[in-house]
Amino acid sequence: MEVRGENGKDQEIRIGVYVCHCGTNIAGTIDVARLAAFAARLPGVVVARDYKYMCSDPGQELIRQDIVEHRLNRLVVAACSPNLHEATFRHAAAKGGMNPFLYQMVNIREHDAWVHPDRRAATEKAEDLLRAAVRRVRLHRPLQLRSVPIHPDVLVVGGGIAGIHAALTVANAGKRVYLVEREPTIGGHMAMFDKTFPTLDCAACILTPKMTAVKAHPNITLWTMSEVVAVDGFVGNYRVTVRHKPRYVIEELCVGCMECIDACVFKQGKAPDEFNLGLSKRKPIYLPFPQAVPQVVVIDPETCIEFKTGKCKKTCIEACGERNAIDLHQPERFDTIEVGTIILATGFETFDARRVPYYGYGVYPNVYTSLEVERLVNASGPTAGEVILRDGRKPQTVGIVHCVGSRDEHTNRYCSRVCCMYSLKLAHLIKEKTHAEVYNFYIDMRTPGKAFEEFYNRVAEEGVHFVRGKVADIYPADGDGRLTVQVEDTLLGAVRKIPVDMVVLSVGLEGRHDASDVRRLFRISCSEEGFFLERHPKLAPVSTFTDGIFLAGCCQGPKDIPDTVAQAGAAAAEALALIDNGRIELEPNTAYIVEEYCSGCGVCVSLCPYQAISLSAETRKSQINEVLCKGCGTCVAACPSGSARQNLFEDDEIFEELEAVLAPC
Amino acid sequence: MSHDAPPRRRGYLYFPGCSLKATGVAYEESLQELFRLLEISLEELEDWNCCGATAYMSIDEGAAFLLSARNLSLARRTGFRDLLAPCSACYLALKKTQDYVQRHPTVREEITGSLRRAGLEELDSIRVRHPLEVLYHDVGLERLRERVVRRWRGGPLACYYGCQAVRPYDEVDVPYNPTRMDELLEAVGVPTVDFALKTKCCGGSLTGTIHEVGLRLNYILLKEAARKGAEAIVTICPLCQFNLDAYQAEIRRSAREPVDLPILYFTQVLGWALGGEFKALGLHRAISGGPFLKRWFTARAEVETYV
Amino acid sequence: MLELIRRKMKFQREADPNWAVELGKRPGCERIFACIQCGTCSGTCPLSIYMDFTPRKIIALVREGFRNDALSSQTIWLCASCYSCAVHCPQNVRITEVMYVLKREAIKHHLYPKRFPIPVLAQEFYEMVRRRGRNSEFWLVLRMALKTSPLSLLRLARPGWELIRTGRLSLRRERVRRGFELERELASTREVI
Repeated sequence: MEVRGENGKDQEIRIGVYVCHCGTNIAGTIDVARLAAFAARLPGVVVARDYKYMCSDPGQELIRQDIVEHRLNRLVVAACSPNLHEATFRHAAAKGGMNPFLYQMVNIREHDAWVHPDRRAATEKAEDLLRAAVRRVRLHRPLQLRSVPIHPDVLVVGGGIAGIHAALTVANAGKRVYLVEREPTIGGHMAMFDKTFPTLDCAACILTPKMTAVKAHPNITLWTMSEVVAVDGFVGNYRVTVRHKPRYVIEELCVGCMECIDACVFKQGKAPDEFNLGLSKRKPIYLPFPQAVPQVVVIDPETCIEFKTGKCKKTCIEACGERNAIDLHQPERFDTIEVGTIILATGFETFDARRVPYYGYGVYPNVYTSLEVERLVNASGPTAGEVILRDGRKPQTVGIVHCVGSRDEHTNRYCSRVCCMYSLKLAHLIKEKTHAEVYNFYIDMRTPGKAFEEFYNRVAEEGVHFVRGKVADIYPADGDGRLTVQVEDTLLGAVRKIPVDMVVLSVGLEGRHDASDVRRLFRISCSEEGFFLERHPKLAPVSTFTDGIFLAGCCQGPKDIPDTVAQAGAAAAEALALIDNGRIELEPNTAYIVEEYCSGCGVCVSLCPYQAISLSAETRKSQINEVLCKGCGTCVAACPSGSARQNLFEDDEIFEELEAVLAPC
Repeated sequence: MSHDAPPRRRGYLYFPGCSLKATGVAYEESLQELFRLLEISLEELEDWNCCGATAYMSIDEGAAFLLSARNLSLARRTGFRDLLAPCSACYLALKKTQDYVQRHPTVREEITGSLRRAGLEELDSIRVRHPLEVLYHDVGLERLRERVVRRWRGGPLACYYGCQAVRPYDEVDVPYNPTRMDELLEAVGVPTVDFALKTKCCGGSLTGTIHEVGLRLNYILLKEAARKGAEAIVTICPLCQFNLDAYQAEIRRSAREPVDLPILYFTQVLGWALGGEFKALGLHRAISGGPFLKRWFTARAEVETYV
Repeated sequence: MLELIRRKMKFQREADPNWAVELGKRPGCERIFACIQCGTCSGTCPLSIYMDFTPRKIIALVREGFRNDALSSQTIWLCASCYSCAVHCPQNVRITEVMYVLKREAIKHHLYPKRFPIPVLAQEFYEMVRRRGRNSEFWLVLRMALKTSPLSLLRLARPGWELIRTGRLSLRRERVRRGFELERELASTREVI
């Protein structure tokens, strides 16, 4: 009988076995007294008890006392799932002075009592499981929890409301934050909205103070026109390389007076204005929107004459005068920073309505997406807040089509959560501005948040028409330039054709199209729908499977502004919890290489989902970075020579368990 | 059951269906003429049986699949790789049978058992194809363009795809917005109009059973084509062609609208551009639109290199 | 007026939920319980404006097990199998296949008005192909008209004449040579469950 001791010397194995009743959860089906008696007869077992609630304080105290009194050096607890109480009993072992990893937990609740009604059979199974654990635990070796320090700086990727709120929260806690945003300004999608539901707060009015707070905050380093290009390291110790795209204007010198824009040789804008979604034009030198932060102009090399031909009068430089803020030769720059935690807040994209051609987007001029209409109703938008169609008319009838690109097997199966509310909001705004007849065509009205249902009532009372039916088709009405919306009004029970002047498509939210590239950069996962994957949908919505990287906002899934801000705060809190702790302990269930047997074939290197293995140049053997390793076991299973092994899941430990269950004698 | 595959044959196996031997005979004539002009061989499936169309599926699903199963099994013996089914209903029946046999084990069991009882071989994976996409993919726009000998002098035409060829299977064309027929016609120099109702049902057999309803569906199509300035409607289905063609006199009377549009098969238009003769293409079989046909189709054939 | 007032309550004793579940197991009908009643099918169906129950309502009736309502509807006969509904449906419910199943059930239980042209046409078609392997359009239409409404033949006179004139009317009675193959195949067919 192989025995291993704490001090490396051979020791007599002294095992303590504890069988938990878990009230009647286990004891109701399994004969716990008999199980304890059975355990007492197993070789190596010195103490065997059964108790009502092992996880309780007295239960744990029982363990601690026994360890000391009976000089136990191995512990087996037969109770519920390790997911619940493995940590509890490891802690109890440690309190008694035993290495917490000389302990094995047996699940006789979820794996036995809860799934087998037959008392005799259940108890027999419990005996088998217990025997397996007792034989296995003899082979356990003492392991140490590793801890690594956490760098206090935080990286926030994405400067929308989620990133802004997370950055401010962390910065206010006294930590240094790098806020990296790829657009020339922060603000994200929220900066494009006019009013927000359900309060009808002006989006810019509530957002811009936060934006300026970011700029002014001494702890925040704001980098716009910037992208993360490389991430190395592990939790608490990330090295991130950021690329700064040139805006051809020196940020420190520009005061945002915009005289250069006025002076540009283009008398009128020719390029489609991205912020206005192409509904208006901009010049090659521009400010994305009036409240942009930083309040610095940007030059687009694709449309600027000087960049394309080299022959421009450069009136912009002239207008800038003594400040000399324009630098047409500005190079791209790189910065490498060290941070301990990263918060991803990269936001969403709207569904491309051209994928549903039967709704006429891109075919008929007066079919708009909801985001385009947000710009129309916005006072600083392309039509100064007036709802005017592309042909200059004011609409008298407007149809708002819900669920475009959502709840549909052909496009996206999920519900995008915010569209019903923003469709109601747009209905209200459009009606207010144009007094048009507004029709909302919906399948279900989803208004679950605080004051959301009241908002729905309000809009209904304002006389907006609600037709419960998914729009089947949109086509030109007879010759008068209007469009016919064909839909079954399921509540009235009849197919209706409603001529409208304007169609608004309530497009759903999707993950960014480059989400799968970004996620690879940070070594996290994406869900099937293209959003970043959280660690647990209910209990860990802001963490990821990669320690130290957190998610905030719509990059994790569609949500509205209140939920985004809440999640951003949560992500900031999780990051701060790590930083405050100063160190993080890592589970020792990692894989390791026994070098003598490693042939350097490199199979494990490409298989590791966490890129934790590398082939050492000098020794030509595999090396596992224990901090990156998550103990998934892939390399262990794949290794042809058996040199890759895993703590807590050694071959001999597993074989002991198997033998104990299958061939006990 | 013999699993020896017979030697591969070039060209296409052709499944006419009941309609192409009767009301849709012009479709068969023009298809054969077009393929002759393109020097592609077309051989009729020997002893084919009716596909069952929608009628069989409405009465006995198993029998419906078995009808197509026999055809597919007979096709297997021939060694052709592709089975061409010009009639939309036949195309759908054959394709659906293949699809269901593949996806539903209960159907597969039933079919294989019944085939065995009849002394027929099990189903092959012969490709069921429609002439529209065969011309588009296998022949290609370039090859058609090269072989044009006549220049179209008439007005634009409206391409009408109907239902069952483009739905629910999307191999023939894109279900929501098919354009291949338009592209084929444009390649031979015939302009087309933007016909928004190109996939709206003509009613199928409803014109024969619930006449008023069926008639109205066709009226809508004819009216829209005329409104768009089309001088003819070009179809791919014999039932669509019949519905649109045969009742125009009645529509003229009941709707009091002067409609007289010829309803052509796309094979007729393509065949004409490639030099086919009026009668060989079955153009003399049109019921409506006589004057138009006389004007644009019987002009002396001009041998011109189409640039 | 008073005689027009009727009580329209639907009791659970009229419903047969097992029928709905069984129907949901047929090939093609798998997703009827996924229907979210959005109405796209009815909105896109070219015939829905003529139907007593729109396609969406039929799915709703079927799901709740109201068999008689579904099988006695005009809807199932007006369906032209154009597949617009099936292609547009956001839940991929194959409504056209459901309609076929209901047609078959209605014919099995004789739940359609006598002399209703559509099932009569289907049955004539069925018989003709069963016996001869092919159908002859002229004879088919003739038989159907005689069995439903002989007067309709008058209406068909003009198109009939046009077909004769253009050589598209064949009086031949088409037949398959090796009919025994079909006979043996079809000898024991039953509804594929």
